[in-house]
Amino acid sequence: MDTVWLARWQFALTALFHFIFVPLTLGLSFLVAIMETVYVKTGNETYLRMTKFFGKLFLINFALGLVTGITLEFEFGMNWAQYSKFVGDIFGSPLAIEATLAFFLESTFLGVWIFGWKKVSKKVHALSAWLVAFGTNISALWILIANAWMQHPIGYVIRNGRAEFVNFWAAVLQPYAILKFLHTVHAGYVVGAFFVMGISAYHLLKHQEIDLFKRAFKIGAYFGLYAAIVVFIIGDLHAFEVAKTQPTKLAAMESVWNTEKGVPLYLIQFPDEAHKRNAIQWFGIPKLLSILAYHNPNASIKGLKSFPRNDRPPVTITFISFRTMVGLGAIFIIFALIAYYLIKADRLLDKRWFLKLMLYAIPLPYLACELGWIVAEVGRQPWIVYGLLRTSQAVSTAVNTAQVVMTLIGFVFLYGTLGFIDIYLLFKYARKVPEPATTKGGY
Amino acid sequence: MLNTIWFALWGLLWAVYFMLDGFDFGVGILHLFVAKDDLERRMVINTIGPVWDGNEVWLITAGGATFAAFPTTYAYMFSYLYTPLFLILASLILRGVSFEFRGKIELEGWKRFWDFVIFLFSLMPAILFGIAFGNIFKGLPFDANGYHGTLFTLLNPYGLLTGVFFLLLFLEHGALWLSFKASNKVAERAKSTAQKTWPLLLIVAGLFLIFTKWATKLYNNYINHPVWFIVPAIAVISLVLIRIFMKTSYVKAFISSCVLIITVVFTGIIGLYPNLIPSSIDPACNLTIFNSSSSQYTLKVMLIVVIIFVPIVIAYQLWAHMLFKEAIKKEDLEDKEVAAY
Ligand code: HDD
Ligand code: HEM
Ligand code: HEM
Repeated sequence: MDTVWLARWQFALTALFHFIFVPLTLGLSFLVAIMETVYVKTGNETYLRMTKFFGKLFLINFALGLVTGITLEFEFGMNWAQYSKFVGDIFGSPLAIEATLAFFLESTFLGVWIFGWKKVSKKVHALSAWLVAFGTNISALWILIANAWMQHPIGYVIRNGRAEFVNFWAAVLQPYAILKFLHTVHAGYVVGAFFVMGISAYHLLKHQEIDLFKRAFKIGAYFGLYAAIVVFIIGDLHAFEVAKTQPTKLAAMESVWNTEKGVPLYLIQFPDEAHKRNAIQWFGIPKLLSILAYHNPNASIKGLKSFPRNDRPPVTITFISFRTMVGLGAIFIIFALIAYYLIKADRLLDKRWFLKLMLYAIPLPYLACELGWIVAEVGRQPWIVYGLLRTSQAVSTAVNTAQVVMTLIGFVFLYGTLGFIDIYLLFKYARKVPEPATTKGGY
Repeated sequence: MLNTIWFALWGLLWAVYFMLDGFDFGVGILHLFVAKDDLERRMVINTIGPVWDGNEVWLITAGGATFAAFPTTYAYMFSYLYTPLFLILASLILRGVSFEFRGKIELEGWKRFWDFVIFLFSLMPAILFGIAFGNIFKGLPFDANGYHGTLFTLLNPYGLLTGVFFLLLFLEHGALWLSFKASNKVAERAKSTAQKTWPLLLIVAGLFLIFTKWATKLYNNYINHPVWFIVPAIAVISLVLIRIFMKTSYVKAFISSCVLIITVVFTGIIGLYPNLIPSSIDPACNLTIFNSSSSQYTLKVMLIVVIIFVPIVIAYQLWAHMLFKEAIKKEDLEDKEVAAY
């Protein structure tokens, strides 16, 4: 076990753990803001109770998203000092901007939202919810700009032994960053929408608060249908961008070994890394992969074998993660369409099987998100900054293996315990019946 | 010039962080002692409820700004101070979740457990930040071959003294905050704590100023440019003012305590200039604002961002503080609409 390996595990675990809570924050913040806005517009107290019910779940989730983010911010310096030195000129700025533009907004107005029910007017209160939602999304924008730069470095020169900015806007506005942002936040909206639908389904199945949860389900269904479709479309454009900028990742995502023209897409396929081929490839749809990757049926795709061995990412894990994410993406659209139809036809309550399905579907969008990160990050290996810096050269030199082991164990233990409690509390409060509206004393 | 501006901003971000999260730490430590039952404890926690997260973001910004403006310092500061930073992180994580978790299950033992977590993990970072900054003032043992210290190198007398100094600063700060943000008995106990802590703080502050002469090179800058003595002088004056104001207005005493924390941090920062982290064994390796900074281009971009957005942040954070300026009363806590924790 060397430090690089341990530091990678530590980063992977802490980042993936952070990203259990992040997508729900991204999606639910908007949904809660929408619910509260409907309340302010209509004065219907059902929506106030709905806002408070989902608001509470939002807060329980937020607590862990918040504290696990701080770890990541420090981890670059602690474990990846050589990386930080090499990219700091570029990479530090979006992080600092994220804190200034987004985290202050998020945390301050969340304080106002939680504690301000009686201190500010209804409108200002609903506005705080929107500001929190915008804050979380602005935060996603800047951190993803940073991450996109690692995937596709741009706007820099190598000077003084490091990458230095020459064009800030090139990095901020590059298509990779914009697509990554849109794809990831919409993934978060899918998580939020399925969360709201799933929990509403639970209560509908138990015949409690039918009116409230039917309305909540409806909001979730509309939002979810929109988000599921956008994730899919942007995902496709994103893959197109990956094909242009990171040919090794694309080849691994699709497990293409030989360079060919007009490559088919095999519906059933499995890589065999040891023999540099696919163990199975059945049901090929001619030219589809070339179409998907380059939007051109005869485009040639570079196979893994045409890259030097030490430039190839791990294939199996990238491939499986990608396939599963895309498969789930298709499922979400189908589920969201059914939900939309049943709401429109007002037949939701008759279809208990569907309600059950939606309840058990809550974890699926989470899974898709985690897999997406695995595709993006594992598929980028062995580079930490694609084409510029290898992961193996990026770790801290002042830190020894024992220290990383210690903190790794510390994080596993700490996160394990807190994650368990947090999820327990989410279950507990998701099952509760929403409280009666308490409107005495005004708001 | 840009480098110097960023040095000042770097100091300012840390100073503002300590001024703000400082009272959260103080309150977190004191809540076990100034509150006697669950309702009182909730009162104490709710005094910082709406603001503690916003305060913590100053730390994230300080960290982010270190990364953006002085990446080499960020890389070395965080990897050299590995273990204390991990402990600080773990503390901030545990303290942060405990506010949310504490009230979510109505069991006496559950609440008592999280009360203890809040206490312990407010205490730890208060001391650890002091130890870390004491060691930065003193210099860390690194040279061209890398870092030669361990956790125990950091636990030297001067580092520990600074740890105690920070702890007392934050305790006084938190006690003053509670004196006007809590009510009834809790506020009374907080006032008496503030009065009792003050003499201790005075003694330790004196020791800190004296030992700094031997343990660090901070005074060199002051000897070369005596005008800067004004900053430690303001610190001493605000420390005295706390005592005086405690007779009339705890709000004013708290504001003096804010000034005290800012000027204490700047006393150190001015002494460090132009170093960010001096080396205690080879001055040629000092990390300075020149050899560890980002390019002029990045510094300029970031300065523009800061000049536009930080005033906006300060404006809405002040607005939020004014919104919650009233003391928390017991009646408020029984009203489900007002208190969340
Ligand atoms: C796509 C979105 C996204 C991604 C990829 C990341 N985060 Fe995150 N982060 C958020 C979206 C987010 C958020 C939704 O804005 C959070 C979740 C809960 C919260 O408080 O804000 C957050 C919280 C959060 C916080 C606490 C903010 C506070 O105190 O209010 C920090 C310091 C970070 N993050 C830092 C990071 C770093 C260094 C990351 C990269 C390795 C990272 N996040 C990945
Ligand atoms: C929260 C969302 C994220 C998730 C879930 C995630 C996931 C991962 C995973 C699974 C790895 C391990 C890859 C491997 O070791 O083979 C990794 C590595 C890494 N990622 Fe990410 N990542 C996220 C966001 C980011 C962002 C936003 C950045 C930078 C801004 C980043 C930078 C890194 C670094 C520095 C490593 C360590 C080096 C490496 O092993 O690749 N990650 N991440
Ligand atoms: C349905 C078709 C989908 C396609 C074609 C697609 C495509 C992609 C691609 C190519 C990447 C890698 C980007 C990179 O290397 O930087 C990616 C990443 C990701 N995907 Fe998907 N995706 C799809 C569905 C989904 C769904 C349904 C979710 C979650 C609900 C999701 C969540 C993510 C996340 C969180 C990432 C990591 C962040 C990023 O790199 O953008 N994806 N996706």
